[in-house]
Amino acid sequence: MKHAPSSPRISRRAAARRWLALLAAAGTVIAAHADDIGRGVPLPPNYQHECGACHLAYPPGLLPAASWQRLMANLPRHFGTDASLDAATGPAIANWLTANAGTYKKAREAPPQDRISHADWFVREHRELGSAVWQRPAVKSASNCAACHTRAADGRFGEHDIRIPQ
Amino acid sequence: MKPRPADIRCLVLAFALTLAPLVARSATATELLGNYAQQSGRPAAAARGQALFTSQHGRDWSCASCHGATPVRPGQHAATGKPIGALAPAANAERFTDPAKVEKWFRRNCNDVLGRECAPAEKADVLAWLITLNP
Repeated sequence: MKHAPSSPRISRRAAARRWLALLAAAGTVIAAHADDIGRGVPLPPNYQHECGACHLAYPPGLLPAASWQRLMANLPRHFGTDASLDAATGPAIANWLTANAGTYKKAREAPPQDRISHADWFVREHRELGSAVWQRPAVKSASNCAACHTRAADGRFGEHDIRIPQ
Repeated sequence: MKPRPADIRCLVLAFALTLAPLVARSATATELLGNYAQQSGRPAAAARGQALFTSQHGRDWSCASCHGATPVRPGQHAATGKPIGALAPAANAERFTDPAKVEKWFRRNCNDVLGRECAPAEKADVLAWLITLNP
């Protein structure tokens, strides 16, 4: 007895094309998110308020827990200034930073002086800029992410949101 | 059914009690100036305040390094470049309304600029000067 075909069988070539398309799509999505190391963790109001007054409230995933702990233990001498917090707020922020610290490849190692801008991955990502860009008045410092990363406050550092000021 | 006077009084009281903590924390620059001047035991002097604000005191920064020499416009952090809202109360309605915040920033920034806490007289002088500024 002849069976009716249940569904048209696709050729192996067509199947391979489908797999490739799927892989390419997945790869694009992954690549697009590779620069979004900071995205995903909402910043609590006390962190934004206290730690975002003098610089960007950095996404906690940019540093490992050990770095955050050292920074929070030395706030009166925070890269040359007094950034001390009151007795209640300091520990609360320190706990949150530790709990949300970077754990995967980029942020696993503590950078020199616990500076995000001295991490290997940071130096690599920004190598093409040249040192002159950091001197521009509108940029001023490698700690001033928002000067070029227009969506840094949302934890978004992807290519499409970059505008380097003159 | 029309609300009875007792009900209305209860509502008003409940409303006031809810808002009271917010109101209690709020202050004005003039009130804070008065407090500091009283603590210092002498009248505040705006000219002294301006001198303190715009001078370096043995260290790299003056107050003006971040806030500007006439802080009626936004300033910029001297190291990071982050924008800082104008400091003069006439230019920025939020300034000097939260006593705890004012104390916190005096503590930190006087430590940066002078290497010590500012005395109440110094805080009064600076406030007296800032209050005179108009955008």
